Amino acid sequence: MGRKIMLDGLNAWQLIMSGDATLFAIVKLSLAVSLSAVVLAAVIGLPLGASLALMRFPGRSAIVVLVNAFMGLPPVVVGLAVYLLLSRSGPLGNLGILFTPTAMIVAQAILIVPIIAALTRQTIEDLWIEYRDELSAMDVGPLGRITTLLWDARFSLLTALLAGFGRAAAEVGAVMIVGGNMEGFTRTMTTAIALETSKGNLPLALGLGMILVVIVLAINAAAWGARVWSERQVG
Amino acid sequence: MRGPVTDLPIVFDRVLVRAGLTTILDRLTLTLSSGSPTLVIGPNGAGKSTLLRLCMGLAVPTEGRITWGGRADAKPTRRAFVFQRPVMLRRTVSANVAYGLTHAGYPRAKLAARTAELLERVGLSDLAMRPARRLSGGEQQRLALARALARDPELLLLDEPTASLDPAATRGVEEIVRDTAQSGIKIVMASHDLGQVRRLAGDVVFMVRGNVREQTPAEDFLKNPSTSEAAAFVRGDLVV
Repeated sequence: MGRKIMLDGLNAWQLIMSGDATLFAIVKLSLAVSLSAVVLAAVIGLPLGASLALMRFPGRSAIVVLVNAFMGLPPVVVGLAVYLLLSRSGPLGNLGILFTPTAMIVAQAILIVPIIAALTRQTIEDLWIEYRDELSAMDVGPLGRITTLLWDARFSLLTALLAGFGRAAAEVGAVMIVGGNMEGFTRTMTTAIALETSKGNLPLALGLGMILVVIVLAINAAAWGARVWSERQVG
Repeated sequence: MRGPVTDLPIVFDRVLVRAGLTTILDRLTLTLSSGSPTLVIGPNGAGKSTLLRLCMGLAVPTEGRITWGGRADAKPTRRAFVFQRPVMLRRTVSANVAYGLTHAGYPRAKLAARTAELLERVGLSDLAMRPARRLSGGEQQRLALARALARDPELLLLDEPTASLDPAATRGVEEIVRDTAQSGIKIVMASHDLGQVRRLAGDVVFMVRGNVREQTPAEDFLKNPSTSEAAAFVRGDLVV
């Protein structure tokens, strides 16, 4: 048994080193989908989180609790909901994007908007305590407050985006349902790992698993480096 | 560039401020008019900061009322505030000043020129491109002054701006405050430093436990304080 695993590992390594075209197409699609989802979710989640941090209105607490709770949304549930929306008979069926990478981006973005919004709200709320008097004294309006705080919290917010990316890159349920795991079109690293494992093709599954972990590590390391460097520049 | 309306005098009419069960200002009545710098002095907890925050509009009275030039709802467009520990925005020195100008509605086309002017005025021209958070305490306080002056105020409120500075940095800040006063901007500054009163004050508002004990010209205050607390304060005794 142990010998078999070692052999599979060796084969996986050979597969990566040989620059297998199928494998790299899968890696490329996975990255494109998850990174696009992060960008889309950031565009929604950052202002949403900052608004929640600064605005006081009836029902705010309920929304804060809801957003926090949605950080733990099960990917398959999000996948199912998006599937129902985009399926032929669904309300957005005429878009015709079910089983395309676009649908996968939408599903992953929905999955991580709560993560980015919740972490942003906490960060901005903490920073606001420090900035409140100064910005009030400079007569900065509500919109100016949001943009100023988002910009000044940029290094901390990077962590929120990374948390979102990690979640998107790791999930399998949502992309499986709305993408369909079609070879060469909507197959990502996670759906491929699930498929290859069930087929017994452990070398490919292991190879993909290793690449996935390395990529997530590399992106986090790069982001960390960028943060340390720019913090040194800006103080 | 001055509009016809003015925020001065600021009149406090039996202003009471309470935080929970603590009374911070106790039915305080006071008039702050244009003229030479007013230094608000007194022991910690006397209510100096709260008085300044009320002047700015950063806090509201629990009871009583405040008027600015006779108006009860004056927006802080003609007033500026320098805090004891100013918040430096995470950007360059000159971007901090430009930020102040932008939010005071300064025309975008003249932003760069005016920023350079203000940095010159506080002696930070050489550090214009430095990250603001990398400045020393004294430099940060001078930047805060430039950012406050960017608002083109008629009234500049300063809350113990030199409390955590060394003598050299204190002198730098005081020189700017003096220049500012000479340019016709009314200064109201909290302090607990008698030396500062001698160096800067035109008149003194002496506060103890949430109320004004004396409001007199600085010279009179230093020579013959009329209350026992003020006399003790001037002697250097501990007043609580």
